[in-house]
Amino acid sequence: MGSPKLSPSQPRSLPSQVVKDDEQALVMAAKAGDMPAFETLVSRYERKIFRLTQNITQNREDAEDAMQESFLKAYEHLGEFQGNSRFYTWLVRIAVNQALMKLRRRRPNVVSLDQELDTGEDMMPREVEDWGPSPEERYGQSEMGSILSKVIGELDPSFRIVFQLRDIEELSTEETAEALGLSVPAVKSRLLRARLKLRERLNPYFRRGVHS
Amino acid sequence: MKCTKIISELADYLDEALDSELRATIEQHLGRCKDCRIVVDTCKKTIQIFCNSEPAPLPPDTSQRLHDALLKKLRRPQA
Repeated sequence: MGSPKLSPSQPRSLPSQVVKDDEQALVMAAKAGDMPAFETLVSRYERKIFRLTQNITQNREDAEDAMQESFLKAYEHLGEFQGNSRFYTWLVRIAVNQALMKLRRRRPNVVSLDQELDTGEDMMPREVEDWGPSPEERYGQSEMGSILSKVIGELDPSFRIVFQLRDIEELSTEETAEALGLSVPAVKSRLLRARLKLRERLNPYFRRGVHS
Repeated sequence: MKCTKIISELADYLDEALDSELRATIEQHLGRCKDCRIVVDTCKKTIQIFCNSEPAPLPPDTSQRLHDALLKKLRRPQA
């Protein structure tokens, strides 16, 4: 299972920036029964896991329940974690399962991640507007958070969840496919559409001349 | 190469998962097609903005409930 090759010019932070160097030591300590070590891992990732479950479920109560159940499950199954992947990736996969269960319970007829998608001409962007060099600097952190939360929440779940795992949590295409039970081509197709749709929905906020 | 082909290869292009020949063909097209260049640039920016966004702090009650639930679990021996 390989991560995609990233170059320094690519506008993504590397996984090493997400996972701190002492993660492995903390996991080893937690597995040996060191409770403060596990608490440290929880404190480190609780915000990211809550954002993940919130983005998937789009429901505050479900997101909180899914986050709590994820950490409890992680603790319960810590002995089974073999260290073949990053602990954070393992935790994300648990959280995705918990959040998807909540989402399917609430919207059983809506959520089908593996439904067939049309492909072709309709992916051509309708709006092509330049954003300028640093559009994100036009907004404060809180305002930006609200904008991102709004536009991602408007996406179809099958696009939203793939984008969340691949581009926010930085799982590889293969890890995303495995976590969601999708094929690699299906992940790539949904990721492309998610990126194009989000780009289009961010246009009104970031095009040149807006809020500058 | 048509603009539709650029869009269909966009995910792999952004992830640097294309072979060098196709990548070079796409870059030639981007050099002369402003619309595709803007789409590629704003897609890159979209990923960057989401990827670099910091998650909001947890509401105090939410964090407290999580840590209370964990403490309850941690005090019990693992099954």
